[in-house]
Amino acid sequence: MGRSREPYLWALFSAGGMVAALVLPALAFVLWIAAPAGWIQLGGYDRVAPLVLHPVTRAALLALVVLGLFHAAHRFRYTLYDGLQLYHLNALIAGLTYGAAAVASLAAAWTLATVP
Amino acid sequence: MVEPLNPAHTRHHPRWHRRRMPIFWWLRKWRYFRFIARELTSVLVAYAVLLLLAEVLAVARGPDAHAAFRAWLARPPVLVAHAVVLLGLLFHTVTWLNLAPRALVVRLGRRRIPPRAVLVAHYAAWIVVSALLVLLIGRT
Repeated sequence: MGRSREPYLWALFSAGGMVAALVLPALAFVLWIAAPAGWIQLGGYDRVAPLVLHPVTRAALLALVVLGLFHAAHRFRYTLYDGLQLYHLNALIAGLTYGAAAVASLAAAWTLATVP
Repeated sequence: MVEPLNPAHTRHHPRWHRRRMPIFWWLRKWRYFRFIARELTSVLVAYAVLLLLAEVLAVARGPDAHAAFRAWLARPPVLVAHAVVLLGLLFHTVTWLNLAPRALVVRLGRRRIPPRAVLVAHYAAWIVVSALLVLLIGRT
């Protein structure tokens, strides 16, 4: 990883961390805890599908996915770097973490753009 | 040829002279462990955004896939795992917002906005965004 790329990666990390901090707890609580546990009742397929598949939702989700993945990649990279002290594998770890985030982001963009 | 001061020194491996830290140095103190735990919330953030994506794909594939996805979410082990995920995401949010006043120095003219105000503004934004999302999803 060249020195010059670091500020851009940090900007992605920072933006992703902020977006994740603001939206993920509420989404996780409602969608994956409260609704499955039966504390709240969400609408059926006919009401959910138009909201979820709306172009604005798709665009917002894509932004969240891309920023979240690059945030996670950057942070996980330095967790391995500091936590496990894998200094000698720096280039490999950076390639794998950012590479995985980039591939998953492209896949997300492709699927969100093409699914009906 | 001058004898090097440090016979073990080679140009490309200066690191050999650092003291080795044990791999699990971060288990020694509570605050070190908290640091690594905070860094590992990155894994949960990645999981959460991918799960959101999976949820949208399930909806796109039709009512049956959507129902199957909801049934999977309601399975007790999955629910318990997601409770842990939620705790981790909350840990990310709290640690992230608490650092905001240090990362962000806001100036108004020549005066610096007090860090406490920056902190409160971030928490207010979190509450507003969360309420909007709950309203939006709850209306379905």
